[in-house]
Amino acid sequence: MLEFRKDLFADERDDNLNVVGKGVQRQDMLGHVTGRTPFFDDHAFEGLLHLKVLRSSHHHARLRNIDTAAAEQAPGVRRVLRGKDVPVNKNTLLSLMNFGKDDEPTLAVDKVSFKGQPIVAVIADSEAAALAALKLIRVDYDPLPAIFDVEAALKPGAVTVNETYPGNYFAYHDLYDHQKLRFGDVERAFASADIVIEERYQASPIEHAPTETNGSIAAPEQNDRYVVHTCAQGLFFSLGTSAKIVNLESNRLHFIGGTVGGGFGGKVDSLTEPLAILGAMMTGKPVRFVLGREEEMLYGSPRGAELHIVKDGVMKDGRIIARKMTGYFDAGAFTRLSSYGVIKCVAHLPGPYTIPNIHADVHCVFTNRCPSTAMRGFGVTFSDFAIEVQMDKLAHAIGMDPMEFRIINAYRDGDMKAHRRIAKNTALVECLQVAAEKSHWPLSENARRQSSLTGGGGERAVIPPTAIDDNGRIGRPETRNGPSRVQSIGARVPIPELSVSLSQDTMAAPVQRYSQPAPMPPPAIPAPAQVQPPAPPSAAPAPAPQPASRHGAVRFSSLFGTRRR
Amino acid sequence: MARTPVQFHLNGSDRAAFVDAADNLLNTLRRAVGDFSPKYGCGQGTCGVCTVLIDGEPQLSCLTLAVACEGRSIETTSGLANGPDLHPLQTAFMEHFAAQCGFCTPGMLMAAKALLDRNPNPTRQDVVEAIAGNICRCTGYEPIINAILAASSNRSAQRAY
Repeated sequence: MLEFRKDLFADERDDNLNVVGKGVQRQDMLGHVTGRTPFFDDHAFEGLLHLKVLRSSHHHARLRNIDTAAAEQAPGVRRVLRGKDVPVNKNTLLSLMNFGKDDEPTLAVDKVSFKGQPIVAVIADSEAAALAALKLIRVDYDPLPAIFDVEAALKPGAVTVNETYPGNYFAYHDLYDHQKLRFGDVERAFASADIVIEERYQASPIEHAPTETNGSIAAPEQNDRYVVHTCAQGLFFSLGTSAKIVNLESNRLHFIGGTVGGGFGGKVDSLTEPLAILGAMMTGKPVRFVLGREEEMLYGSPRGAELHIVKDGVMKDGRIIARKMTGYFDAGAFTRLSSYGVIKCVAHLPGPYTIPNIHADVHCVFTNRCPSTAMRGFGVTFSDFAIEVQMDKLAHAIGMDPMEFRIINAYRDGDMKAHRRIAKNTALVECLQVAAEKSHWPLSENARRQSSLTGGGGERAVIPPTAIDDNGRIGRPETRNGPSRVQSIGARVPIPELSVSLSQDTMAAPVQRYSQPAPMPPPAIPAPAQVQPPAPPSAAPAPAPQPASRHGAVRFSSLFGTRRR
Repeated sequence: MARTPVQFHLNGSDRAAFVDAADNLLNTLRRAVGDFSPKYGCGQGTCGVCTVLIDGEPQLSCLTLAVACEGRSIETTSGLANGPDLHPLQTAFMEHFAAQCGFCTPGMLMAAKALLDRNPNPTRQDVVEAIAGNICRCTGYEPIINAILAASSNRSAQRAY
């Protein structure tokens, strides 16, 4: 049964949660049970044409020659599309918000970087005619060495997968080869830890396997527009992406969707819409481009494989005093959304635990695999798997109950997170207590008395002295094949909000002061460098629940910290 | 290629279409007749979203040749309701949250109807076996099983989850 713990979330919005815990009929249910829900393919058009693509049979190859003459003459074929026919034949999905460089062609021109990359599109009167014509196309490949391992891809001299990013890594802000998190000094802490454990966690790619395969139908509409029926999960994201690629004003595209036959993240990449629209523009006819099941499974972008190397230092009393993580996201051949997945991952580290020394480097790496994309919490799901398996191993290593071990390390209200933000409305302790109770897992009296509302803050709210390098930076971006500008960014540190004064010849800077008003004692400045872990939270009775205070709309943004108070 | 006329009964009405010898029933229903309730999921008989009843038996319309349906009686989800009155299975699916994205629902409903037409009092295991060929990717099997049992005479076999 659903429980809504108002005692824990007393200050959450309470104005419009009046359906929580009640059975409410979905508005689309009648359509589902009567078979009337209009999925993208459930639309009839007179003279509907069918588009199919020829896909690369090599993981990595130069395209020496593409001969489509026989396909163009094949029965039922209306039009053959090549890369030169695509108005803007290079795109990256997040370019709509100016994030990343255009790196992926709609149809490959002189090189393919993954097996299954589209090279030629054929539009014909029937799917069978289009598929038959594909077999008449001759592509001459010059195979290149292919790379499938993220660590090997980052080594100097590795073959370049994606010419837009010669070092095989996504360049954040055109400059940085990975995302970085630093808090305290992990190396010193490892030296003083009772036990240090390092493990590797390797995920596999996962296909979303929706029952409805990716697809769309585009047709000329009145007023010189094109109507597009699509399964896109982000309808306006797909509209913007398609408008850019086919070079049309967005108000000339009329996207109809919202009925997605299973998505899970696999229908955000606009795999079919741009070519369907381009086909409709070129033929003046409705054009349908639907992936077959085999295409969906092999070439629909999957959840990317992640590799996480987790090294933790733990004390025998149960405190984790240091966590060092190195992560690699296998983006496949092109960026799509992996660059964003890495940012989500680093924002989530080190998991919901208060650990005084944190060090994380996470890389977005290009390999010759099928490009990966969003899937259900990507960036967080697998790093959490790695962290939680690691937590069990740590508990086992010190002979402690894994639930008790998590309660000891769970963050509490008022704790400083490695991202220099104060933890608020934390509830892991209570979640663990309820989970233990419901599964009849025995917890000690002390663990049962713990609360997220107590034991946090104080010295746990202090930003520890953070290890810096000789140039006064928190670790230097490695240059690899990147631009030489990285050598001159020292002036960017210290960042003003942290008001840190640098000492040139020590590893650790003085204590940084968190400037945002927060209910904690201000740390002394300058404090002597110290890496002692804060004391474990002591059990104390929870304060009386605060009265529910707010009515009316509240800004619902965790990004700006206004969602929870 | 010569096209062949084929006639069949669809949800109680006579229908006719010209088909190629290789055309399957799924595409014929969807593109030639205009009944979009059976869906394409795999085209190879593994997912069950194209399930229809042919002479009362559940069949995969993607693997059924259209010409083989001459004179047969075909039922699809679009014919399940009697005008505005929903079939008990439809009502039960609505009440038990037995659909999420809705794409597997038409196939599930037809597989379930075949079961209940044959056996109005199925066990839970009967229901599981009846929909064993139908894949749901939004993970809704428990609500679907409960909905089918709720529409049967064996309501007591529903399970809390």
